[in-house]
Amino acid sequence: MRTNSWLGASNMAAEHKPKLSKNLLRMKFMQRGLDSETKKQLEEEEKKIISEEHWYLDLPELKEKESLIIEEQSFLLCEDLLYGRMSFRGFNPEVEKLMLQMNSKSKTEEIEDEIVEVDVSDEEMARRYESLVGTIGKKFAKKRDRANYEEDENGNMKLTKTKKMFLKPQD
Amino acid sequence: MAEAAAVGAESLASGQARAARAVLGQLVLPGEELLLPEHEDAEGPGGAGERPLRLSPAPRSRVRVVCGPGLRRCGERLLVTKCGRLRHKEPGGGGGGVYWVDSQQKRYVPVKGDHVIGIVTAKSGDTFKVDVGGSEPASLSYLAFEGATKRNRPNVQVGDLIYGQFVVANKDMEPEMVCIDSCGRANGMGVIGQDGLLFKVTLGLIRKLLAPDCEIIQEVGKLYPLEIVFGMNGRIWVKARTIQQTLILANIFEACEHMTPEQRRQIFSRLAES
Repeated sequence: MRTNSWLGASNMAAEHKPKLSKNLLRMKFMQRGLDSETKKQLEEEEKKIISEEHWYLDLPELKEKESLIIEEQSFLLCEDLLYGRMSFRGFNPEVEKLMLQMNSKSKTEEIEDEIVEVDVSDEEMARRYESLVGTIGKKFAKKRDRANYEEDENGNMKLTKTKKMFLKPQD
Repeated sequence: MAEAAAVGAESLASGQARAARAVLGQLVLPGEELLLPEHEDAEGPGGAGERPLRLSPAPRSRVRVVCGPGLRRCGERLLVTKCGRLRHKEPGGGGGGVYWVDSQQKRYVPVKGDHVIGIVTAKSGDTFKVDVGGSEPASLSYLAFEGATKRNRPNVQVGDLIYGQFVVANKDMEPEMVCIDSCGRANGMGVIGQDGLLFKVTLGLIRKLLAPDCEIIQEVGKLYPLEIVFGMNGRIWVKARTIQQTLILANIFEACEHMTPEQRRQIFSRLAES
């Protein structure tokens, strides 16, 4: 109807409205004018077409034949074996550490608190980091701001003054 | 043993399959078929005792059962392929547990996930050929070590001992091993250090020694400082402070399979004294 009114002024040869193909109707610019219901219908039709094109096995008896016996050739499932490397009386300390680690992994019932030995303790790390921020900050601070950095009692660099920001004038 | 064999032969002759549950811990011979628990009622010997009448076939509870080494699937039953004792392990959660045959053999067949000791026999291009005691040498890529990159190659020479695990091991392909776990960490795998002694034992002994409550290992550990590496392919590497101690260890392990616990204790007490 719309198309007719458009072309109605001139002598239109076609009297029926031009049949638009389905592909054309599916294009985005054609769907802007549609209402939501027709849009939904079109979407559903599309989904149906796509899902019908998917192949599937129509054999319900195949599932019955699916056996629930699984074949495994490994002894690891059968027996809980210990880790293969062992060291006794401190002959190889790394292997002894590994032994504890690997054998405790397999024992899920025992929850062992492993004290992870670190080279630097947490507190020391925090202290160093505190001063690190100051020293690196000083390096990148402009000459004016360097005066704000002062030495702490431990020799750590600390920023004392708060940075000057723009203060809005109050009327 | 004679009675067990006789019973086994009887059931084979009569062509009946025995229930797996009834045979746990007993000797089974190759060719026997075992019934899983859920199928026992349906296929029991005809007319044996009372059976509850069922109006409709009860839905079979499909429980997943794993058949381990020495067993194969044969329809809904298990077929025994190795002679030994039948074992069963209850499942931790879900599933129907694991059945396997505890057998003895000396020849190793590569299995995925096993940790083995291998000897490097050749370097070809980017891979090493490692002899693991199977039918063909396994291949080990030089990138399969911790911290190895194309520029940073691992220091592995021909004749070195390697402790690694299989990632590919089936009858159709060449076995492949790596010295790294799935996270990229070595976890003790890689080249085994200098000195020490490598010797071969049966596969069953390795599994016995690696059991969680093995007395032999506990007693050996009290003797003197030492280091041991067990490979599932039947190879053991030992190292102690002196050559004599290393040789003593090797003799202990090779002999302990055929010793009774009393003999073992005698030998250990004699060693502890000297």
